[in-house]
Amino acid sequence: MSDAVIQFRGIRREYDMGGEVVRALAGVTLTIRRNEYVAIMGPSGSGKSTLMNLIGCLDTPTEGEYWLNGQEVSRMTDDALARVRNKEIGFVFQTFNLLPRATALQNVELPLVYAGLSSRLRRRSAEDALNRVGLADRMYHRPNELSGGQRQRVAIARALVNRPSILLADEPTGNLDSATSEEIMRVFGHLHAQGQTIVMVTHEADIAAHADRVVLLRDGLVESDTTRETNAAA
Amino acid sequence: MRLLEAVRIALQMIWAQKLKSFFSLVGVTIGVTFLIAVVSIVQGMNVYMEDQFANRLVGLNTFQLRRFPGINMGDISEETWREWLRRPRITYDDADYVEERVKTTVVLSRYCQERMTISYGGKQAKDIEVQGADAAFFQIKNYEIAAGRPFSPQEARVGAPVVVIGDLLAEKLYEGLDPVGKTALIGGLPYRIIGVVAKQGTIFGISLDKFVVVPFNAPTRRKICMYNTMDELYVQAASSPVMLTAMDEVESMMRSRRQLKPTEESNFYLQTAEGALEGWQRISRILFMALPGLVAISLVVGGIVIMNIMLMAVAERTREIGIRKALGAKRRDILAQFIVESATISTVGAIFGIGLGIGLAFTVKALTPFPAAVAPWSLGVAVALGISVGMSAGIYPASRASKLDPIVALRSE
Repeated sequence: MSDAVIQFRGIRREYDMGGEVVRALAGVTLTIRRNEYVAIMGPSGSGKSTLMNLIGCLDTPTEGEYWLNGQEVSRMTDDALARVRNKEIGFVFQTFNLLPRATALQNVELPLVYAGLSSRLRRRSAEDALNRVGLADRMYHRPNELSGGQRQRVAIARALVNRPSILLADEPTGNLDSATSEEIMRVFGHLHAQGQTIVMVTHEADIAAHADRVVLLRDGLVESDTTRETNAAA
Repeated sequence: MRLLEAVRIALQMIWAQKLKSFFSLVGVTIGVTFLIAVVSIVQGMNVYMEDQFANRLVGLNTFQLRRFPGINMGDISEETWREWLRRPRITYDDADYVEERVKTTVVLSRYCQERMTISYGGKQAKDIEVQGADAAFFQIKNYEIAAGRPFSPQEARVGAPVVVIGDLLAEKLYEGLDPVGKTALIGGLPYRIIGVVAKQGTIFGISLDKFVVVPFNAPTRRKICMYNTMDELYVQAASSPVMLTAMDEVESMMRSRRQLKPTEESNFYLQTAEGALEGWQRISRILFMALPGLVAISLVVGGIVIMNIMLMAVAERTREIGIRKALGAKRRDILAQFIVESATISTVGAIFGIGLGIGLAFTVKALTPFPAAVAPWSLGVAVALGISVGMSAGIYPASRASKLDPIVALRSE
C-alpha cells in the first residue's frame, strides 16, 4: 500500500437540504495507486461529483478518512486544503474554466502565483507545460482566440504546471466533438505513459474505455471496480 | 509582484467597463478635486497676500506706527471705531522721539497721503494718491526708479517742490514725452518731476501705479496732513527678527511717552504685513476647517459607490473566484486581490481628481485676479485618501469573495 496516492476509508458525505438529509456518498472505501489511470462512472445522482469534489479537496467528508499522499486531508482547514489543491491536484474541467481576460500563458501561470514562485520561474514552468501539450505557438492567445481542444489543452497545461500527484478531470471531453475528444484522450494517454496518475470522472463509456480501471458508482456506493487485464500487470 | 498583478487586473476592469468605471470613480474624483482646488486657491492666495498685498502695502520687514489699523478685513464694531477715533494722532514729536532713542538699526520715514488731482498742460488726472514721505521711503517700499532719480534727504528736509511719479501718471499725462524735468501741478502748486517709478502692476485688479511721492515737508503737506501730525511712521529693519526687536522697543517707548499704565491698552497701533493679513488668515482658516467636511462627504459617497461596484464585481466574477480557489488561492489571496482592486479604482479616481483640481485652480487663476499655487502636500494627501477610501470600501466585498465555497463558485455562471 506504500504507493497509494488516494486512500478513502468509509467516506460518507451528507448534505442538509432544508432539514432533509441527502446522502451523496454512503461509505466509500477506495485506494488509487501511483500511475493508475482511473475512470469514475455512474448515472447522475450516483455521487460522482461529490466523490470528485472530495478527491479534489474542494469538500470534506461528513465521516471517514481521506489520506492523500500520506497526509490526512479529511480534517484540514480551508487554507490547508487550498495549499493541498495547489500542490497535489491538477484540475481539468468540462467547461475548461480558463480566465477569459488572461492569455494562455497567464492562465497556466496562475497556480504558480499561488505557490509563491517568482515571475521568472513561473514563466519558465508555464512555457514548459504549454510545450508539453503542444501549444508553444499559442502562448499569448486569449481563450476566445483558441479552439475547444486548444482551450482544454491550456487547462491541462495549467493542471500539470505544479507537477501534481493527481490529474483530476471532470468530464474532460464533455464540451468537445469526438475528434477533439480523441485528441484530448491521446494527451491523457501520453501523460499516463510518462507516469502521471489520472482520475477522470465521465459518463461516456467510450471515454472511460481509455482508462485502465473503471470504478462504477451507484446510490453513493461503489458498485463495481474493474481493472483491465491487459494493462493491470503494471 | 502579486500586488502588481492585482493592480493590472483592476486597471483592465476599469478600461473594459468605461461607463461603469466613470460612475464608480466620480465620488472620489469630486472629493479630491475639491481638496486640490480649494487648497491650491487658498495656498495661492496666501502666497499672493503675503508677497504682493501685504509687502506692497506695508513693505518687507517693515512696520508702521499708526493711530489705529489701516488695513482691516471683516467688521469693526461701532465701539471700536469710537475708541480708535479718541486716540491721539502720531505727531512730529513722536517721530523725533522714536528716531532719537531707538537702538535697533532701522530706517524711518514719516508718511501722509491724500487723493488729489494732478494736471499738466490741459490734461488732468484725478484721484491720484499723493504721498508725502522722507527719502528712505523709496528704499522701504522697494520702488524701482525707471527714469530720473528719487529725491535726496536734503530735498526732503527742506521740502523742495520736486516729485517722483508713478507709471500710470507718466503714461496718462506725459504720453509720448519724457516726464523728467517737466512740471506737474499738484493741488495747484507746481512741482518739478525728477523721477518715474517702474510699473508696479495691479492687485485684485486695482492699479498700484496711481501715485506720486513728494518730500514730506513739501508745500502740499498742509493739504495731505493735519497740522503737526502724520498718518504713519514707517520703520524698516534689515530682517524679520530685528523688526520684532524694533517693534518691542517702539512699543515701550511710545507707552512710556504717553504714560500708559501697565493695565491700559496701547492707544496706538503697530501695523505689520502679517497684522494686515489677520483678516485674510481668518478667512483661510475657515476655508481650511470647512474643507475636511466637504471632502469627507464626497469621499464617503465615493466609498459607498465603490463598495457597490466591488460587490457587483464579486457577483459577476464568482466563477473566477472558484477557479482561483480550485487552483490553490487561499482566503487571504482572494481578499488581497479584491482590496487591491478596490484601492486601485479609488486611486485612479483620486488621480483624476488631482488633474481636475489643478485644472480648476488654474482656471480660477486665469479668469480672476486670484492666483493659484498647488501645494505638494495636498497631492500626497489626495493619493493617500484615494488608497485608504478604496481599501476600506473593498474590505466587505473582498471578505464576501474570500468566503465563497469553491464548489458553488465553480458551478455559477
